[in-house]
Amino acid sequence: MNKWLKPLEDCLEKGRVLTEVADLYSYSFDASFGEHLPEAVVQVKDKYEVARILKLANEYGVPVYPRGAGTCLSGGPLPVHGGIVLDLSKLPARIEVRPDDLTVTVSPSVRTGDINKEAEKYGLMYAPDPSSAHVATIGGNLAENSGGPRGLKYGVTKDHVLGLEVVTPEGELIRTGGQTIKNVTGYDLTKLIVGSEGTLAVIVEATLKLMPKPPAVRTMMVAFNEVRTAGEAISRTLTSGVLPSKLEFMDQACVVAVEQFQPIGLPVDAAAIILVELDGPEEALRVEQEKIEAIMKDMKAKDIIIPESDEEAAKLWHARKQVSPAIAKIKPTKVSEDATVPRSKIPDFMDRLQVIKEKYNLEVVAFGHAGDGNLHPNILCDQRDADEMKRAELAVEEMFEAAIELGGTLSGEHGIGTMKAPFMEMELGDVGVDMMRRIKQVWDPNNILNPGKIFAEKGQKLVLRND
Amino acid sequence: MTDGLKHAYDLTFDCVQCGYCLPACPTYETMESETHSPRGRINLVKMVAEGKASVEDMEEPIEKCLGCMACTSVCPTNVQYGSILENAKEVLDESKQTGAVESFLFDDFIPSRRWMDRLGVATWLFQKSGADRIADRLPWKMPLHLEAFAGILPEMPSPAKRNERATRYMRKRPAVKKVGFFTGCIMDSVFFGSNESTIELLLRSGAEVVLPENQTCCGALHAHSGKKEKAIELAKQNIAAYEEEQFDYIVENAGGCGAQMIDYPSLFEEGTEWHERAVAFSSRVKDISEVLVEMDGLAFSKEVDQTVTYQPSCHMTYVQKVVEPPLELLRKVPGLQLEELERPGFCCGSAGVYNLVQHEDSMDVLDVKMEDVCRTGADQVVTSNPGCLLQMKLGIKREGMESEAVHLVDLLMEADPESRY
Ligand SMILES: Cc1cc2nc3c(=O)[nH]c(=O)nc-3n(C[C@H](O)[C@H](O)[C@H](O)COP(=O)(O)OP(=O)(O)OC[C@H]3O[C@@H](n4cnc5c(N)ncnc54)[C@H](O)[C@@H]3O)c2cc1C
Ligand code: SF4
Ligand code: SF4
Repeated sequence: MNKWLKPLEDCLEKGRVLTEVADLYSYSFDASFGEHLPEAVVQVKDKYEVARILKLANEYGVPVYPRGAGTCLSGGPLPVHGGIVLDLSKLPARIEVRPDDLTVTVSPSVRTGDINKEAEKYGLMYAPDPSSAHVATIGGNLAENSGGPRGLKYGVTKDHVLGLEVVTPEGELIRTGGQTIKNVTGYDLTKLIVGSEGTLAVIVEATLKLMPKPPAVRTMMVAFNEVRTAGEAISRTLTSGVLPSKLEFMDQACVVAVEQFQPIGLPVDAAAIILVELDGPEEALRVEQEKIEAIMKDMKAKDIIIPESDEEAAKLWHARKQVSPAIAKIKPTKVSEDATVPRSKIPDFMDRLQVIKEKYNLEVVAFGHAGDGNLHPNILCDQRDADEMKRAELAVEEMFEAAIELGGTLSGEHGIGTMKAPFMEMELGDVGVDMMRRIKQVWDPNNILNPGKIFAEKGQKLVLRND
Repeated sequence: MTDGLKHAYDLTFDCVQCGYCLPACPTYETMESETHSPRGRINLVKMVAEGKASVEDMEEPIEKCLGCMACTSVCPTNVQYGSILENAKEVLDESKQTGAVESFLFDDFIPSRRWMDRLGVATWLFQKSGADRIADRLPWKMPLHLEAFAGILPEMPSPAKRNERATRYMRKRPAVKKVGFFTGCIMDSVFFGSNESTIELLLRSGAEVVLPENQTCCGALHAHSGKKEKAIELAKQNIAAYEEEQFDYIVENAGGCGAQMIDYPSLFEEGTEWHERAVAFSSRVKDISEVLVEMDGLAFSKEVDQTVTYQPSCHMTYVQKVVEPPLELLRKVPGLQLEELERPGFCCGSAGVYNLVQHEDSMDVLDVKMEDVCRTGADQVVTSNPGCLLQMKLGIKREGMESEAVHLVDLLMEADPESRY
């Protein structure tokens, strides 16, 4: 038995330290690749327990891995060096809306979608809308700095955080930021912690910004005969003076997959389609819609479809949501990347993907938040085919190279975790990575909080194969 | 690896571990751990198949699954969780020495009409003697927490009344449809009166109703406990029993039975004769509510001045996918106020024999359900499955509420439906 297990059990309520084999396996994965057994899982019920556990972890030198709902796509909560998984999803859910301040204070275990639901009761909205918002916790969203389609107009999680309460890796409770929109007191630790993937602090409370819910929305779908024209149409739209709330892209393979999965009548003969959503007052929407229609006509769009009703529009967005499961039917294993490029480079990036696809003889499809340059190239393969997985690893590496050469980044929203750690230097250079590593060392001198993430270990490579 | 485990293993690869099923799973909510979530269970089956975990490691998580199938309705990749679960249960069943009580329960008791009638008669005697009212104060514990259910069972018909029931009900006027009525074992023993209401509603809707004598238990409880052989045997007997006459519909009034019977084809290999016969059988299986809506032969003549809520059977919702018909019928009852639950798709915890064998966990799930029920302020809780009906009665008793739980068919009878034919 581990010498820390007994003291750990002593500082928690009975039944909150899980060590059965079945429990350990159940916390050994997230929604990405890899499987790592922890030695214990602890389910905390308040922030003081978090603090006690971290103190204990420092004393015994045992690693601690924060975990929300385990929907991470980059290996963030995986206990890669054994130790303790710190399950934060069982903290009591708390959502306190302050309509007069347009803020909301939440506990980290709250599901993001529930925050928005609560805000809507006051005619407000919490803007970040990752597709997983109905499952993922806000703690996970903060740690990953998650984004969604609305990021185009409203920004991502970090743009909506005013203050945090966190437990430092050494087990101290501190507050960063506050309740106000403006705040320049000292270093901006809030923004440092947001997106730090659980490596710098455990978030135990957050105060977030709310905004008025737009009175109306409008959707349009535009189909193109060429991917490149679709990309150009996106650029033209974004420079037209109209800022859509969403601008999503699907290539032909995705459209076909959706139609085979749950037919709703998307144009399968189009090379690409884009979905646009505008939001604002009705009067403004009419004008904006005409403007975009004119651009699309000018770009020789194949079809422009404007849904007649809200239900029709909802159907189109449902189709967009179905892409992810639908393409999983092409082949069982989905390697989902989220390399992001400057918006004007989307057509070039699409060309590069085509080359990679042919070179490695893989099924590669692309869809995503084209409006902010965050495309999701997905490789469809089969985990049981070692040779194919090897090719997929090489293809992923080449995708990252392409994105960076085009002025882009490894990850737009899914995070670095274990999966992209080996490529950090490619984007940031060795000094860039070293500056980050130094921050980590100062915050977490014993390296006990989520080790093995963001920073590659010696000789670490991307591995998509479970031995 | 056994064939069953191999099959389950292959199916686990459809799970992309996205976690979308977590918010739908009742046991994840009440037991508060990933181990008791769909994603966790699927992963454990995979680990067992890969030899990383042992069969015993998955025993508790698998047995604590309600089998409600809520997870399948939200899964974006259509993971065949039902199949994974049944195969896992089969593996567990093989690895265990089945106890004498359990094997009696599954092999002899449930499928036997004689025993089931005896259960009904015994309950009748039990009630007549007044023992039911003191059962929870008795100094000894009954097996399988049966004491919890004493006092909530409906008034039983006398043995004479049971024997009186005909097997064929003809109309004076020509019938619009010919219906084979599946009586179900629990329904027929414990809720005999609801079966009579069902027959009456069918007759008034314009149907001729036949109760084929050779019908038997649907086999749901067997299939869900990993007793596939027995489930196949029962399926065959039912298929044959309903081939004796040409029926337009095979009607049941128990969501759990209906779900099992529409799934008969999956018990047989495609291309075989039995598979073909199972397909022919299953295509005619319908819930009573569907048939009443379809035949549209009833005019409700009496006001029922009450507030009701509807607790759907999970298997009816997620497997049979019958959701609207019961609500549609309730909306037709004059005077009735329908207050829907906030989370109708959340299991009540009855789940076959779950509330007997996993009693405490079942009660935790029931508590969540009752909170929702209380919020509606309903005088009556309407259900469409015997298990849910008993469980709701139990929930009402535990909460000390004034409300009652009724089967949909009995509520419809309260509104004095007149035949439109
Ligand atoms: C189908 C699907 C769709 C997705 N869509 C999107 C999308 O549109 N946009 C997007 O950005 N992401 C998306 N994701 C990725 C994922 O949902 C997000 O990264 C999410 O924020 C993770 O939240 P979680 O609660 O599941 O956290 P986990 O996966 O449990 O953890 C994620 C990371 O956060 C850390 N962490 C968790 N809680 C805390 C805390 N309280 N304090 C400190 N660190 C913590 C963990 O250590 C880990 O590094 C998607 C995932 C799936 C499976
Ligand atoms: S929703 Fe489906 S794919 Fe996702 S974790 Fe649950 S079972 Fe797996
Ligand atoms: S069948 Fe019900 S209890 Fe079992 S895993 Fe699915 S949702 Fe949970």
